[in-house]
Amino acid sequence: MSKYKVSLKINNLPVSVDEGTTILEAARQLNFKIPTLCHHDDLCVAGNCRVCVVEQEGSRALPAACATPVSEGMEIRTNSMKVRQARKNIIELLLSEHNADCTKCFKSGYCELQEAANEYRTGDHVYLDVRSQNEVDISSPSIEKDDSKCIRCQRCVRTCTQLQSVSALAVTHKGKDMKISTFLDKPMNDVVCTNCGQCINRCPTASLVERNYIDQVFDAIYDPKKFVVVQTAPATRVAISEEFGLGPNRSTGKLVSALRRLGFDKVLDTDFTADLTIMEEGTELLTRLKEALVDGKDVALPMMTSCSPGWIKFQEHIFPDMLDNLSTCKSPQQMFGPLAKTYYAEKINKNPAEMVVVSIMPCTAKKYEADRPEMRGSGYKDVDFVLTTRELGRMIHQAGIEFDKLDDEKYDSILGESTGAAVIFGATGGVMEAALRTAYEIVTGREVPFANLNIKPVRGMEGIKEAAVKIKDVKPEWSFLEGVELKTAIAHGLTNAKKLMEKVRDGSANYHFIEVMACPSGCIGGGGQPIPTNMEIRKKRAAAIYEEDEKMAVRKSHENPEITAIYESFLHNPGGHRSHDLLHTHYSPKKRY
Amino acid sequence: MTNIEELVKEQAEVHGKERKNLMPILQAVLRSERYISEEAMVAIAKELDISTADVYGTASFYTFMDTKPKGKNVIRVCKTITCHMKGKDAVIGALEDLLKIKLGENTSDGKFSLLQANCLGWCHKGPVMLINDEVYPEVTPESAVEVIQEYLKQK
Repeated sequence: MSKYKVSLKINNLPVSVDEGTTILEAARQLNFKIPTLCHHDDLCVAGNCRVCVVEQEGSRALPAACATPVSEGMEIRTNSMKVRQARKNIIELLLSEHNADCTKCFKSGYCELQEAANEYRTGDHVYLDVRSQNEVDISSPSIEKDDSKCIRCQRCVRTCTQLQSVSALAVTHKGKDMKISTFLDKPMNDVVCTNCGQCINRCPTASLVERNYIDQVFDAIYDPKKFVVVQTAPATRVAISEEFGLGPNRSTGKLVSALRRLGFDKVLDTDFTADLTIMEEGTELLTRLKEALVDGKDVALPMMTSCSPGWIKFQEHIFPDMLDNLSTCKSPQQMFGPLAKTYYAEKINKNPAEMVVVSIMPCTAKKYEADRPEMRGSGYKDVDFVLTTRELGRMIHQAGIEFDKLDDEKYDSILGESTGAAVIFGATGGVMEAALRTAYEIVTGREVPFANLNIKPVRGMEGIKEAAVKIKDVKPEWSFLEGVELKTAIAHGLTNAKKLMEKVRDGSANYHFIEVMACPSGCIGGGGQPIPTNMEIRKKRAAAIYEEDEKMAVRKSHENPEITAIYESFLHNPGGHRSHDLLHTHYSPKKRY
Repeated sequence: MTNIEELVKEQAEVHGKERKNLMPILQAVLRSERYISEEAMVAIAKELDISTADVYGTASFYTFMDTKPKGKNVIRVCKTITCHMKGKDAVIGALEDLLKIKLGENTSDGKFSLLQANCLGWCHKGPVMLINDEVYPEVTPESAVEVIQEYLKQK
């Protein structure tokens, strides 16, 4: 597509940009920041908050910079007297409807409305206070919704519809009664919400935040009778640094160090159970293939990954006819919980009733997942509390720990050892890559035929990726796979997942194995990750994840010595009786309407 | 299939099953049922393959598109400034006394609902009252009561 260049002036400086560029983007190229609230890089244009208005020579009205494309010869002023006055008024009007209890608010310091108000120091209360009175919706274990803080920018609605194809949230009513609501204003826990938390990542205020369990976790830490162990998800270790203004960074060692200083009794790793997931899920896939190809059984293929609880709930609501395709493996978080309270408790001689398992997750749906009634394989609630990367950031701040000055420390053992295959679970395509590294080697006895184990075709930010791996020269016991081309697909973001599922359902796509992550870019872009998020930030987090993989001594799940040990002494074999009891689960249809 | 599901299906056949056909289907349900029930919204969402929140969002935008049950005859008195100055409060008071309900309620026999409306465009002949699609300009408390009594005579 050929692009015409358009020349214009912004604050008297000439700039030439591609046709179709908005004034906002053109101003960014000249390093002029225009405040925005409804605009988000990941979402379509809305132009409803008006805070980005600018002055255009020859035009009486002030156009919204986010919604107005540049035109030839345009002269724009981003900070004229008229613009400043208008912006102050707009911010004041938004504040007049906003429950500005900033000093007590979870989002204080991270709120975009607060930031805009701070910048303009509007001072007087010019307008009447017309904020709405409402109950905060805390029906969901994952998401808190407080309409009194909503500025109706509709980022959440666009996220839920455009990125996730869920549309649990919509704009309802009109005028002064207009609000963001669910079907018939039902509680969040009673609608099709997948708890992915992508709305939270994009909410400019605290209208949508995670249910936070910081105090409960501190209470457990302070309780001398409780033995509190913490597990950390792969994606948290490349993003926690953002909570301290350090940008996306590999900070596994500092993360471990901070958790130890917070007072957790043992600092363990979800990456260990990610490796375990590969053993269980890889075996499940090979078993299903054997049943289909050799025994001629009617097994559900393609098999689909089950690590992402947002994706699981999406399937239960939207594609309940395809639940058999989901792997029965619990997610790494939920494999960790029951093992901590059985295998680990036994090893360290602790009473599981006195253990508290906390997880640090890039995810809000994990809170819901941990609360599922089927997640009590140990006889107790397997995972007691789930904190997002953001909540952990607040805890570290509250404890006065200077994150950037921490030394690197190592995870405790056991349940702390992991491989490069586990850490890449955090990025879209990672589970697929880890599974292929192991499954290919089990079947052929050789490493996957990709340079340095890096399976590049499954990486990257394309919405739906496909990769085929030809299997040849197999070991005798896998002769039925000789010459088979293993077809895989990977989707991230539920809109992409939906497209892929529709192709699978109507038979136009033929795969053996599908990886789906509910969030854009996978867990690194999870609903519990630091705010803000956009493609640039997610790419940096992904780069850090793959760097972490390259630096690991062991990069294949089946070579993790702790994995070998747990199968020898406890689980015996993947998919075995004990695995079935502790590490596998089932799904049930949920209503879509 | 329930009556409502049948109605929605039939209307979706007539108007089409795309998102843009939502309004005419909602209007058809409203004509038949006088309000858009939860069951109707679910049926429409299924038929058009859109979310129920989306259907509710659209229905709730329109004041005349009720999502709660309404009486057989819906009385709306204009609440805006001209009708207010011309005495709409007295009209509403008389209707409340007659029907033994408060503004926003339905009569127990399901015959009437009493509501307010935004400007009906009859400012020159206020106060104005609307019963279903029938306009009654320049009503007084007495004339409003007379009109209702006519409706009461009907079955």
